[in-house]
Amino acid sequence: MAFDVLEPGLSTTAQDQGRIGYYKFGLPQGGSMDQYSATLANRLVGNTVSDAVLECTYIGPKLVSTTNAVIAVTGAPVDVFVNGQLIPQYERIELLAGDELKFGVIQGGTKYFIAVHGGIDVPEVLGSRSTYPIGAIGGVDGRALVAGDVVPVGVGSDNGLPVVTSIAVDDRPVFSKDVKVRVMLGLYDHNLSAKGLDSLLNSEWMLTPVADRMGLRYSGPGVEWKDREQPFGAGQDPSNIVDAGYAVGSIQIPGGTQPIILHRDAVSGGGYAMVATVISADMDLVARCAPGTKTRFVAVNMEEALAARQENNARAARIWS
Amino acid sequence: MMQQTMARYTWGGDEFLFVEITEGMSLEANFISNSIANALELQQLAGIVDICPANASLLVRFDPDILDWQQLERAVRALEQEVRAATDKVLRTRIIEIPVWYNDPYTNETGARFREGYHQRPEGNDLDYAAEVNGLADAEEFIKRHHETPWLVSMVGFVAGLPFLYQLVEREQQLQVPKYLSPRTDTPALTVGYGGCFSCIYSVRGAGGYQMFGVAAAPIFDPAQRLDDFSDFMIFFKPGDIVKFKPIDEAEYRRIQTEVDAGTFRYRQTPIDFDLSAALADPNKYTLSLLEALNGI
Repeated sequence: MAFDVLEPGLSTTAQDQGRIGYYKFGLPQGGSMDQYSATLANRLVGNTVSDAVLECTYIGPKLVSTTNAVIAVTGAPVDVFVNGQLIPQYERIELLAGDELKFGVIQGGTKYFIAVHGGIDVPEVLGSRSTYPIGAIGGVDGRALVAGDVVPVGVGSDNGLPVVTSIAVDDRPVFSKDVKVRVMLGLYDHNLSAKGLDSLLNSEWMLTPVADRMGLRYSGPGVEWKDREQPFGAGQDPSNIVDAGYAVGSIQIPGGTQPIILHRDAVSGGGYAMVATVISADMDLVARCAPGTKTRFVAVNMEEALAARQENNARAARIWS
Repeated sequence: MMQQTMARYTWGGDEFLFVEITEGMSLEANFISNSIANALELQQLAGIVDICPANASLLVRFDPDILDWQQLERAVRALEQEVRAATDKVLRTRIIEIPVWYNDPYTNETGARFREGYHQRPEGNDLDYAAEVNGLADAEEFIKRHHETPWLVSMVGFVAGLPFLYQLVEREQQLQVPKYLSPRTDTPALTVGYGGCFSCIYSVRGAGGYQMFGVAAAPIFDPAQRLDDFSDFMIFFKPGDIVKFKPIDEAEYRRIQTEVDAGTFRYRQTPIDFDLSAALADPNKYTLSLLEALNGI
């Protein structure tokens, strides 16, 4: 089983839940940027949560299935066509051998996901099929798809769960142009002046087009740092620290101008002060934002972050039962 | 003496504990970070996902569904106490020789493309600038200072297997060079870079903000694991490795390239015990003994 790639799309990569445990060597966790959307696609086709899917960015690929296949498309709203016929997202779709799958113009967000029963069967590298283009590992030859690729599909098995043919509307993710992202202050927030902290939490920030799997950059009023003598080895700018490990989801503000949220393919460390971190429950929300999205950062504490995480876990448990 | 103040504990969201040993870089802080990381690794605490020692800090990723965050903090604080109280400050590691073609055409060509708006000093190259800001006579003198004393791999990260290196000399002799004003969008693979008080070796081609001084002759990241030095893992460096840069000319660089292509290249290296107290007591004498270990093979 396989997909023949007629057109690759803008940046289509194989992704799963990520490559966990190699961050200390500078290998990012990777994985589908919007994990929740990707798992809904896996649920519809009868996979497990850990099967690999294709993550599409803005412009999707044109694929031909070499055999009969069960697929689903979830994530950002987009027109999906099978042999030129419009088909719905968030539903289980049966393809026949030779059917052509292609996409129209995206109507929100940036990423949508194609799952196929059996999963995208590229080789595992360090326990994951996720594509990491900078290190040229995972996915198809360590890169995004190109025309002429043959994407292998695994042999599916019964996941033991009842078949789901459609995801209820209430369970589908929302793609908004106006979001509140919950963050925990910490790390180097004490390097901001009171005015700087106020700017971070009480301003409206706008997602710029400089946004990808590594990080998302926001425009806004900037922030002010405290005046202080820089520690040895840190560099002269007040936004510099002695190079340290970066938390995934952490927010750094190089030069104090534009906050950057580090996402799943981000560098694992560097010399910019992080001042807050997006809570794990809201990382998918950030991944769903398109450039131009108005964003407010809302500070929560650890208990609130863990409660939000539990809500997500409970929803996942319900969907996977 | 070791700093008596304890580290600063803070959270990077609900999945990351960040432990800042000290704000500024020092050999002691790096040693404490690595020692806590090693001890935590040995504890095999359920729910710990990644332990990332860095230059003067430590980042621990955990799964809060499995491991209570306050329990994790207590465990790491207890290890910090133990590490600070330990009298035996020895790290079992290795010393490796890294051949570098300094002042090479690849990094010079790339540097020339990123001058206006990127670099502090439009004229000359990054080595000329580094020599000037450190009050040295010329690039040659800077290169000599860069390779004559060994370095400690104080952190691995940024991108796949990139080592940050801290020179084993006294604070007054540390070379410091500002980073580019704005990061380049391109850096040749294996560029030997410099920013703040750290050297690095770019494991792959890509963006970068460190000054560029030369190019290492052999890979440090080998995802296909072709070379013998990568038979266990695709990434060569580990925190705690000691590095001696060896200046080479173009002919030697080409010869090593041929060996790499043939799959026969191996790094010159030997196991050593790195003794922090000895290194701090008399850095110059201690680094000589490290070099003897390497020259003995």
